[in-house]
Amino acid sequence: MTLIKQLSAKAWIWSFIGMVLVWLVTAIYTGGKGSADVITAALSFATFTVIVGIGQMFVITTGPGNVDLSIPSTISLSGAVAMKIMGGSDAMLIVGFLASLGCGLAVGMFNYMLIRVLRIPPIIATLSSSFLILSTAIAYGRGLKIKPPPLLADFTTAQVSGVPVLAVVIILFAVVMSVVLNRTLYGRAVLAIGQNMRAAWLAGINVERIRFMTYVLSAVLAAICGFLLSGFSGGASLNMGQEYLLASIAVVVIGGTSVAGGKANIPGIWGAAMFMFLLVTMLNTFGASAGIRLIMTGLIIVAVITIAGGDEPQR
Amino acid sequence: MLDALTSPRFLRAALPAASFAILLAAIFYVQPRAMSYFGMNLMLQYTVPIALATIAQMFIITVNDLDLSIGPFVGLTACIGATMLADTPLLGLVALAACVAAYAALGALIHLRNLPSLVVTLGMSFVWLGIAVLVLPTPGGTAPGWVKAVVGLKTPYVPYPIIAAVAIGLVVHLALMTSSYGAVLRGAGGNPRAIGRAGWSLLKIKMVMYSAAGFFGVLSGLSLIGLTSAADAHIADRYTLYAIAGVILGGGEFVGGRVSPIGAVIGAMTLTLTGSFLTFLKISPDWQIGAQGGILIIVLALRALINRREG
Repeated sequence: MTLIKQLSAKAWIWSFIGMVLVWLVTAIYTGGKGSADVITAALSFATFTVIVGIGQMFVITTGPGNVDLSIPSTISLSGAVAMKIMGGSDAMLIVGFLASLGCGLAVGMFNYMLIRVLRIPPIIATLSSSFLILSTAIAYGRGLKIKPPPLLADFTTAQVSGVPVLAVVIILFAVVMSVVLNRTLYGRAVLAIGQNMRAAWLAGINVERIRFMTYVLSAVLAAICGFLLSGFSGGASLNMGQEYLLASIAVVVIGGTSVAGGKANIPGIWGAAMFMFLLVTMLNTFGASAGIRLIMTGLIIVAVITIAGGDEPQR
Repeated sequence: MLDALTSPRFLRAALPAASFAILLAAIFYVQPRAMSYFGMNLMLQYTVPIALATIAQMFIITVNDLDLSIGPFVGLTACIGATMLADTPLLGLVALAACVAAYAALGALIHLRNLPSLVVTLGMSFVWLGIAVLVLPTPGGTAPGWVKAVVGLKTPYVPYPIIAAVAIGLVVHLALMTSSYGAVLRGAGGNPRAIGRAGWSLLKIKMVMYSAAGFFGVLSGLSLIGLTSAADAHIADRYTLYAIAGVILGGGEFVGGRVSPIGAVIGAMTLTLTGSFLTFLKISPDWQIGAQGGILIIVLALRALINRREG
């Protein structure tokens, strides 16, 4: 009993319960046919949502009003830049990856500069920068039809007995980020700032440096996502980041991270990302039309946030 | 006199109009032929739907929330307008009224459960889009004749879009900025607790503001199909960003109930002109959204400068 009690106190457990439920319903409906394949697919696609979700989580955790809306355009830009530089050759793989990281670094620094120098809310800052980033991506990637280097394509789509290799890598990465969040000075500082920025500042935390690092982290993760995603989907496209705006925020919220900041967890992001994918799969197997699928996705997000409730702002 | 003209307060109020005037002057300089009744009409024809969506967003921002679903919502009302409202006017009106009621319900939900509007409206954007796809699966439909007639009015001397935009700004200005209940509504953004203590129902205020936003969203959708005469579920996806940018360009603050309806309309016009300006400069349309982001950043930088002087 104590185990159940302990588990139900964890915010992330609900996303996993939802994930299993949705999967079971689908399995019962199809009579268990292809249920293993569904998990493989869910792992593959959830991986990308998890990468950007982790970055978004750190940003959201730094307190109310902090959110990164430039993730989708960063994904598109990083994908386009990396594909063009690599030109489909394995030899340029490292250079392409570094260019991707460079994109992320630049975007993160630019975002933070807008927030700090112009003293504007992060939502507006990341929104305006996303306009600029998207335009750059469009202008730079016009007519871009370059295949990813074979090595990258193989790595991002490789499977060992039904388990996507990339998913395993990102699960390990999530474990590392979990340690960063809970056991390092940086992670504890992020939590502290989210709980009370002024108290954190008085306690001697360099608030601005931590915020700077957080926005850079989010942008760099978005860039990595763009790099891997263009390998996975056989090339970069300009709207490939589009769906990740809602997805990155939704997995953070469904995963049990507080939108008011100061309370975060990484396992929930994996659960939520799997849940979101399996949900769409379930609706697909039920034969729901595109309209119904969209409505259900939206309603479930609203339902989850309604049940989780908004925390009282902590101040 | 000079003091009054360089005071931060005056500069802040003048900034939206000044940015609009500078952009307009630049356009006339590059392309003198734009300086005509026909040219202005053409450049500004999409101002009306964008201005209406901007006003809708402004109502939400007034109470310290943000609506990330206004674009898909305008798209939905456009789809309803081009199908139900044209075929069975009564059913169409009921559907549009239901849309406004849904917005009021959202306001109530957000207030009662103290939810972040960002997440709720992001989720709702999928719901609106989904319903729109069900209402109108493929682009098409036809706008009702009376909508087209209202939107396509021809006025002497001054192009109709300008008159309409000014009228929208003035009406909302009178209602929100000069009426006593308008002051309460804005106060709910500035200091909700004080307004609550003074005996006003914050729940009612949120519902009023959200339904106002829904109502202007409906107007935006209808005026949009009046111009395009057909609809598509994705017709107004960009409007979410336009509307936020318009409010901010128009001098609205993000928190604290500091907004300006007339500014918001000017902001919407500035955004619409950006596209024409780039076309006249023969800059590729790729940079259109980038330029809008750039203008947003420049105006915000200027405002930060003015605010800093205020200390």
